[in-house]
Amino acid sequence: MELGISVIVIFMILGALYAIHAEDLLSAVIACGIVGYGLVICFLLLKAPDLAIVQIVVETITLIIMVAVVLDSSREEPFGRLDGKGYVNAVTALLVMVILFYFFSTSIGSLDPFGEGTLRMAGPYIDGAYEKTGSVNLVTGVLFDFRGYDTLGEATVLITAVLGVLTILRIKGKI
Amino acid sequence: MKGMTIIVKKTTQLIAGLVFLYGIYIILHGHLTPGGGFAGGVIVAGSFILLILAYGSDILHLVREETGTTLYENLAVLIALLLALSGLLAAGVFFVNWMPKGVPGELASAGTLPLYNIFIGIEVAASILSIFLALVIFKEEISK
Repeated sequence: MELGISVIVIFMILGALYAIHAEDLLSAVIACGIVGYGLVICFLLLKAPDLAIVQIVVETITLIIMVAVVLDSSREEPFGRLDGKGYVNAVTALLVMVILFYFFSTSIGSLDPFGEGTLRMAGPYIDGAYEKTGSVNLVTGVLFDFRGYDTLGEATVLITAVLGVLTILRIKGKI
Repeated sequence: MKGMTIIVKKTTQLIAGLVFLYGIYIILHGHLTPGGGFAGGVIVAGSFILLILAYGSDILHLVREETGTTLYENLAVLIALLLALSGLLAAGVFFVNWMPKGVPGELASAGTLPLYNIFIGIEVAASILSIFLALVIFKEEISK
C-alpha cells in the first residue's frame, strides 16, 4: 500500500510541477486535476471513503468552473523578463521559505511520533461513539455529535463565501 | 453561454435525475454508509450544474433560481441552528443528541443526526449552486 501511495504522490508532484510551468493555461488546469484525483486514490488506499467521495465531487465541480474561466479569458500566460524588482522579490521569497522550513523542522522534533498524539485523542471517540450517538457511520457521529460546533462553523464559512461571491459579482447597485 | 448538441442534451436528461437521486441517497444514509450532508449536497448541486451546462444559460432565466437558492441556503442553516437550540431546550446542552437513538443500523436511528445531515445537505447544495449561478449570471450581464 505504501508503494502505491508513493507512486501516486510522485505523479501528483509531477502534475503540480507541470501546472506551474505550462505555457497553455488549459493544460495547467488539467494538470491540477491530476493532483486532486490522485488525492482521491490516496484517500481510498488509506481507507477514508467519506473524504474520497467529497474530494472527487468537489474536484470535478472546481475543474469545470476553472475550465470555463480559462476558456473565457486568455489562454496564454504572459511571461515577463526578470528585472531588478523581480530579483528582490525572488530573493525575499527564498528567504521566507528557508526561515519557514527551519522553524518547521525544529518544531517537528518536539512532536509525538506519528500516530500517537491522534490516537490519544481519538481513543474515547472510537470506544463510545456507537453507544453515545447510535450512528453506525463513525464519521457522521463525530461530525454532528462530538464536533457539532465544527460543523456549524463550516456551514457559516460556506454562507460567508456565498455572501462574498454575491457581493463581488454584481452590476446593479454598483457605482 | 450556449447549449450543447442534442446528443449531450438527451444524455443529460437521462442522467441528471439519477445523479440527483444518488445525492439524496447519500444524504439520507449519511449515518449508515460513507458520505453525509456535505458529499450528498455537492452531488445534488452537480446534477443541476450538469443541466445548466448542457442546455446553456441564455434560454433559461436563472435570476429567479438564484433567489431561490440563496433563500433555501439561509433557511437550511437557520433550521439547523434551531435544531441545535432544541437540544438546549430539551436536554440543557447546546447541540446535544436528545432524540431516542433507535436500533443502530436502521434508517430512522441515531437521534438528531439524520436531521442535521438533511439540512446541512440542503445548505451545501444551495450554496454551491448559488455560487455557480452567480458566476453564470455575471457573465451573461457582462456580455450584454
